[in-house]
Amino acid sequence: MSDILMNDAISSKGAASGAKNDVLVDVRNLKKHFTKGTDIWGRSKDVLKAVDGVSFQIRRGETFGLVGESGSGKSTVGRCLIRLYDYTAGEVLFDGTDISKLGDKQLKPYRRRIQTIFQDPYSSLNPGMNVLDLIGEPMNIHGLHKSGEERKESVGALLERVGLKREHMYRYAHEFSGGQRQRISIARALSVRPDFVVCDEPISALDVSVQAQVINMLEDLQAEFGLTYLFIAHDLSMVRHISDRIGVMYGGRLVEVADSDELYENPLHPYTKALLSSIPIPDPRAARTSSPLIYDPRGAAAGGDQELKEVSPGHYVAGY
Amino acid sequence: MTEQLLTVDNLRVSFHTRAGENQAVRSVSFRVGAGDTLGIVGESGSGKSVTAKAIMDLIAAPGEVLGGEIRFRGESLRGLPQKKWRQLRGNRIAMVFQDPMTSLNPVKTIGYQIAEVLRRHKGLGKEAALKESVNMLRKVGINEPERRVHQYPHEFSGGMRQRVMIAMALSCDPELLIADEPTTALDVTIQAQLLDLLTQLKQQSDTAIVLITHDLGVVAKVCTRVVVMYAGMVMEEGTVEDIFYRTGHPYTQGLLRSLPQRGGANRERLVPIEGSPPDLIDPEPGCPFRERCPYAFEKCGELPPMLETEGDGHRSLCWLLEGGKRTLAQALEERGEAAR
Repeated sequence: MSDILMNDAISSKGAASGAKNDVLVDVRNLKKHFTKGTDIWGRSKDVLKAVDGVSFQIRRGETFGLVGESGSGKSTVGRCLIRLYDYTAGEVLFDGTDISKLGDKQLKPYRRRIQTIFQDPYSSLNPGMNVLDLIGEPMNIHGLHKSGEERKESVGALLERVGLKREHMYRYAHEFSGGQRQRISIARALSVRPDFVVCDEPISALDVSVQAQVINMLEDLQAEFGLTYLFIAHDLSMVRHISDRIGVMYGGRLVEVADSDELYENPLHPYTKALLSSIPIPDPRAARTSSPLIYDPRGAAAGGDQELKEVSPGHYVAGY
Repeated sequence: MTEQLLTVDNLRVSFHTRAGENQAVRSVSFRVGAGDTLGIVGESGSGKSVTAKAIMDLIAAPGEVLGGEIRFRGESLRGLPQKKWRQLRGNRIAMVFQDPMTSLNPVKTIGYQIAEVLRRHKGLGKEAALKESVNMLRKVGINEPERRVHQYPHEFSGGMRQRVMIAMALSCDPELLIADEPTTALDVTIQAQLLDLLTQLKQQSDTAIVLITHDLGVVAKVCTRVVVMYAGMVMEEGTVEDIFYRTGHPYTQGLLRSLPQRGGANRERLVPIEGSPPDLIDPEPGCPFRERCPYAFEKCGELPPMLETEGDGHRSLCWLLEGGKRTLAQALEERGEAAR
C-alpha cells in the first residue's frame, strides 16, 4: 500500500535544488505584520506585528512543536510556511529553495509537498463534497492520477490507512464525528504525498479519549512516510509527547528553542517557566503542591537583547 | 455527614430532534455538600452541560426534562414558578459560562452589569451598587478597579472578562456556583491564575462549586469530589483521590491513561480509548461503555447498578466491581486479568 501513497521518486521531483541536507525548512527572520486599518489616504495607521522576526530550522523527519498563548503568532508562522500569507520580511527556505519569492505557478510543486491539517474539522471540510471528492480534490489539482478508478483506489487505500472504511467514500462530512473528520483531514493532507505537514492545533477540537488516537496515528504515519511535522498547539503535555524539539513563542517572537525534554526539565526563559508551571497536572497530589509562576513581560523587555542565543548545545534562549 | 446542598436524582433530559429523541442525560444522580467543590468530568456529548442547565432550569425547547428530582437545600427545584426562580438564580445559585465573550452585554459598562445584579438581588441603590462592584472587581484581581468599572467589555481581555463573570456570579454570595468550562476558552497561564482565584475565593467563603470540565488536570487541581459522566450517565463518583488513585471504572482508567505520562519516558506510546462514544438517539441497552471497554463480558449487555468501590462514598457503574468493595485494578487481579 505504501507505494500508492508515497514514493521517493515523486516526492523529490519538485525539489528545485535537489540538495540533500539535514534541514528541510529554514525560517530566517520571518516577519508578518498586519495593518489593522488605513486612514482616508490609504496609509496604514495601525500595525499588528503578529510575527516579528522569527528564525528556526526544522530537520528532515522531525517534529517541531510550536507553543505559545493565543495571539503569540504561532498560527501565523504556520500559515506563512504554507504561504497562505505573503511575508512582510524574511525568508523561508524549503528544501533549499526560498519559497517566499515564488509566484503561483512556481509555487505549485511546493503546494503539493507542504500540506496542512487545521484545527477545526467541522469548518475545514466542505459540507457539499463527499469524502471521495474531499480527499481526491488535492490529487486532481496536482494531477496525480490519470483515471478516476485509480484515484478512487488510492482514496480507498488512504481511508483504510487512517482507520476509516472504504464504504465511507460516498458519505459527507456531517455524517462523521469530530475524530473521524480529523482523520479525513489527515487523509486529505496525505493524498498528495507531502514531505512536510503543518499541523495547526490538530487535536484541540477533539475529545480527550479521541486525542490519543489521532496523536498515535500521526506518529505512525510519520514513521511510515518519513514526514516532517510542524506541530502547533497550546496543549503543552501533548506537545512534549509528540515533538522532538519545541519553540516557545511570545508576542510574535521565539523566546526559547530546545529539545523537548530539555525544555521541560530545564526551562530558562521566564515566560517558558511561567507557561510550564501553568500546565494542569492530572494528579491531585502533585497538582495541589504546585503553584503557577506569573510572567511579567515588562521586566523581561528591560533585559534588552531579544535575540536567541545558544546557551547549551541546541538550547536557545532570548535575552538570557 | 455534611448537609446536602444540592441533590440530583435520576435526572433525565432529552432533545427532540428531527432524527429522533436524543437522550442527552439518562439517569444522572449526585449530591453536592455545603462547601464541596464537585467536578463533573466528561467529553462533549456526555451530558455534563445539559445537567448543569437542567439544574438552573435553563433547558429550552426542543429540550425537555423528562424526569428526576433536583433539590436545593431540601426544596424541589422542578416545577418552581419563574417568579421564585428569579429570586434564586444569580442570587443563591449562580452560574459562569464557558465563553466570556458572549455572556457580557457589549453596550453596557462592566460596572453597570455587576451593579445590576446587586441592585436586583440585594436592593442596593445605584451608588452603593457601583461601589460594591469596584470591591468585587478588586476581589477577583483586576487592577485599578475604580477606572475599569467604567469600561466596556471589549476593553477587557478574555481572562479579565471571565474574572468579571466570576465577580458577577459571586457578588450576591451564592450558596452554589455552577461553572461550566470556565477556563476552556483561555490560555493556560490565565487558566492557572483563574483556578488559583477560585481556590482562594473558596477559602474565603463557603460557596459550593460545581465545576464542569473535560480537563482532568483542572479537576486534580481544584475539586474535592468528582463525577465522571459518559453518554448521559454517571460512570463513577468519588473523592478526587478515589478517582485518580483508586479508579473504579474502565472509562475513567481509559481517560487517565490516554494522557501523556509526565516525566522522562514521554516517548511512550499513548494508550487511547478505541472507538467513539455511542449515538444517544435510541441508544442500546446495557452499559454505554461496553463497545469500547477492553474488559467487556456477557453481563455488560445489562445495565449495571452503581456499585461500591474502594474508598468513601466511591461508586462505579461497572459489573466488574460486583461482589465486594474494591478498585478496578483489584477486581481485575481477582479475575486473573491484566490491565489493558
